[in-house]
Amino acid sequence: MDIYQQKIMDHYKKPRYRGTINNPTHISVENNSLCGDRIEFQLSIKRKKIIQAVWQGEGCVLSLAAADVIAEHIQKIPLNQVSIINEEWLLGELGVKPSPSRLKCVLLPLIALKKALTNN
Amino acid sequence: MKYKIGSALKEDFPIFTQNRDLVFLDNAASCQKPAVVLEAMDKLYRNFYANVHRGSYNIAEIVTSLYEDAREKIARFINAASAREIIFTRNATAALNLAARSLSIDFRAGDIVLLTELEHHASLVPWQEAGHRHNLKLEFIPVTPDGRLDINKARQQIKSKPKVLVMTAMSNVTGTVTEVEELVDLAKKAGAITIIDAAQAVQHKKIDVQEINCDLLAFSSHKLFGPSGLGILWGREELLEKMPPVEYGGHMIKEVNYQTASYASIPDKFEAGTPPIAEVIGLGAAIDFINQISMTTVESYEKELTAYCLEQFTKIPNLKLIGPKDNKNRGAIFSFVIDGLHPHDLATILDSIGIAIRAGHHCVMPLHSKFGIPATARASFTIYNGEEDMQALIFGLNKARQIIS
Ligand SMILES: Cc1ncc(COP(=O)(O)O)c(C=O)c1O
Repeated sequence: MDIYQQKIMDHYKKPRYRGTINNPTHISVENNSLCGDRIEFQLSIKRKKIIQAVWQGEGCVLSLAAADVIAEHIQKIPLNQVSIINEEWLLGELGVKPSPSRLKCVLLPLIALKKALTNN
Repeated sequence: MKYKIGSALKEDFPIFTQNRDLVFLDNAASCQKPAVVLEAMDKLYRNFYANVHRGSYNIAEIVTSLYEDAREKIARFINAASAREIIFTRNATAALNLAARSLSIDFRAGDIVLLTELEHHASLVPWQEAGHRHNLKLEFIPVTPDGRLDINKARQQIKSKPKVLVMTAMSNVTGTVTEVEELVDLAKKAGAITIIDAAQAVQHKKIDVQEINCDLLAFSSHKLFGPSGLGILWGREELLEKMPPVEYGGHMIKEVNYQTASYASIPDKFEAGTPPIAEVIGLGAAIDFINQISMTTVESYEKELTAYCLEQFTKIPNLKLIGPKDNKNRGAIFSFVIDGLHPHDLATILDSIGIAIRAGHHCVMPLHSKFGIPATARASFTIYNGEEDMQALIFGLNKARQIIS
């Protein structure tokens, strides 16, 4: 059961960045209609820098843990460094190799983030 | 009797003799194949394969006669009046599309299509499409909170004289066995053409088209222990002869010149091109297999198994079953949600210990929306499953709970 290893379960059970912020500059919601999972990102971006990033939503362990790991890594980083947050980075960070059907779960928050960055 | 229903039947399915630990509970999506089906198809390809209805040489004649024998077997299996009423398609979905496309050609704006809220996308979406094209009105027999059809409401709806009634004989989500005979009777008295989606029911219930008294009925070979790539549309001969073909080409014609063509009679009219030859012969072998067990035995065995599973499911804490909770008119298909355990996580953890279930909306999104549940986990049982498979599932559920919560 290597998918449900400690790091993933830790972020799932004790998310660090789940919530909302007061004046987000960027918001996006992404749904997976196959399973009803939904991830919303709220970002506060000032002077080309992410000041704060949080997420909320419902989903499986993989999608929620991935959202939290992504949020953790984008706090206070300049926008030009966000591009490293991609599929390969995320799978490496989570330490999992999901099956094709479960890959969609992992990528849901990533799609939500990319959408947030272009929505303001 | 050669075959013994229940777990012992796994001995006749190579996938289980090669994977002793496989617990296969996704039979509503597709069933495993008995050795006799694989052997029939293998024998065909090795010994006398040729196209059907075309060659005048020996092996082509043999294949054609095996192929037409299979059509006869299929006709007898559902008690069709004649083998001419059996049309081969790609799957149940293609059969239901054919029916919708061909029948709706002369429908008029405002004509009512009556369906049920239990419909699979396969019986629903073709009528949505026909509806857009011909301005038809789609109405739905409602589902009650326990997953049954609201028959009183259906009686009223039928009074508005629908042109067609489209209904599933068994839901692939809730396991509900619907009141087809009663509703077909009412709908026909109101002048409707009746179409039954038997894709799920055919594996679990004796289907007798003359007793149901419907006009068209569809199912897939792969859910009846036969190969994938083959579906059946049964139709009443008089109706099929009137319905226009929807695909054109070789075999479906009588005469062709450069400008125009006349069409063959049924079933050829609806069977353009080279058919799934080995698959038809494989389904014939699957039907021989089921007949040796007998559908009566299937029904009584599955009733017992369903009772056992229902009792077990109701004992599992925080588990909500979607669908009928009593063992009347329902089969061994169980869709459920568990508090704090996402269906995808559950399916992944079960898979890691060799248990195959399905997670998602099972091609019935509107019903999931109606129940306010985006996705469920579904365990579906068939003739080779036994109580030990339910026990394995319970073990897996407990394990998943330990990991996730
Ligand atoms: C009730 C019902 N109708 C129709 C279908 C469609 O069958 P197929 O995918 O073989 O065309 C299915 C199976 O998925 C089903 O369960």
